[in-house]
Amino acid sequence: MTQQTIALEVFRYRPEEEHEPTFQTYEVPLKKEWVVLDALNYIKDEIDGTLTFRWSCRMGVCGSCGMMINGTPVLTCAAFLETYQPGPVRIEPLANFPVVRDLVILMSDFMEKLGRVKPWIITEKEKPVAEGEYLQTPTQLADFKQYSMCINCMLCYSACPVSGLEPDFIGPAAIALAQRYNLDSRDEGSAQRMEILSQDDGIWQCTLVGECSAVCPKGVDPAGAIQRYKVASTNDWWRSKLMPWGK
Amino acid sequence: MSHPTRYRKYHPKLYRTRMPIFWWVRKWTHIHFITRELTSVFVAFYAIELLFLLRTLTRGQEAYDAFLAWLQTPLALALNTIAFLMIAFHSITWFNLAPKALVIRVGELRIPPVAIAGMNYAGWAVFSAALAWLILSA
Ligand code: SF4
Ligand code: FES
Repeated sequence: MTQQTIALEVFRYRPEEEHEPTFQTYEVPLKKEWVVLDALNYIKDEIDGTLTFRWSCRMGVCGSCGMMINGTPVLTCAAFLETYQPGPVRIEPLANFPVVRDLVILMSDFMEKLGRVKPWIITEKEKPVAEGEYLQTPTQLADFKQYSMCINCMLCYSACPVSGLEPDFIGPAAIALAQRYNLDSRDEGSAQRMEILSQDDGIWQCTLVGECSAVCPKGVDPAGAIQRYKVASTNDWWRSKLMPWGK
Repeated sequence: MSHPTRYRKYHPKLYRTRMPIFWWVRKWTHIHFITRELTSVFVAFYAIELLFLLRTLTRGQEAYDAFLAWLQTPLALALNTIAFLMIAFHSITWFNLAPKALVIRVGELRIPPVAIAGMNYAGWAVFSAALAWLILSA
């Protein structure tokens, strides 16, 4: 019996050879246990060693294997090849990012945005070690736990049309990360973060398309984080108008 | 508020694409989103219509009757039917999205999203019933 195969149409961009990307079709075995990443590795090992892409953990933890499959951003290590039958399967680099080569995108912008929201616990006064640890109840943990599950895979940026139209938009994952710290009972830095996120490239760019939450592989719900942020920002504004003497 | 502009280094070798104007026609979820945004135009239409109606009240019976007569023309009926459908879409989509922005806690318990959307629908029903009662009993 001949083995069943499926065609992958893979985005190729080799900047030293071409100005415009092309698509190259590879025929790969259609194995039940294979995810799309396995098929790409098969191509790299057996057919064409020049194909370039990122991956590491192969189990949805490192967040480095995100690509567009048939126009939707997904983790290729979590996408079974079988579900795309009969093919062809179109594989492209994550949308809304500059492409370095083939399926590899440049993520320096994203890294800069993550750092900008001050993703660490900010306290007004550091407690001396002798006073013991900062305690937290399970309910307090539940407040932000979901936002701490992000693996920085950038699928949400690829799904977000605002990120595509306004590359300066600080974006879903960075705002969810800010919320992760704002909602942490040990943190006192929300005013500092609000200053950054209420600027014109912050939360108000979001028009609530909601696709970021739909594609997130970790259930972070960045769209929810941003809307909650908008409510908090509006409350702050009212408070500053109605009670200008308050802090 | 202003902040320093961030410049990106020029990378001649990076491949960048630009979003086409009609980016939103390719996906059902995007069409849904654009429709939801467009429905706000019909909300404005209703508000303006209501203002015109109120204005006739200051201009006497005749102006009021003329406005009611216009409301019964096929054009006005068609416009209002479309506006009604659009506003229903507007309300339903936004009610369903409300739980995204609202996290309410009662003690240790987080009110489930369905309940928050449900409260919106209940409010809608109560207001509509009260209005219907007011109009029909007049
Ligand atoms: S929020 Fe979700 S989609 Fe966005 S980077 Fe984090 S894990 Fe990925
Ligand atoms: S390879 Fe690590 S998330 Fe896919």
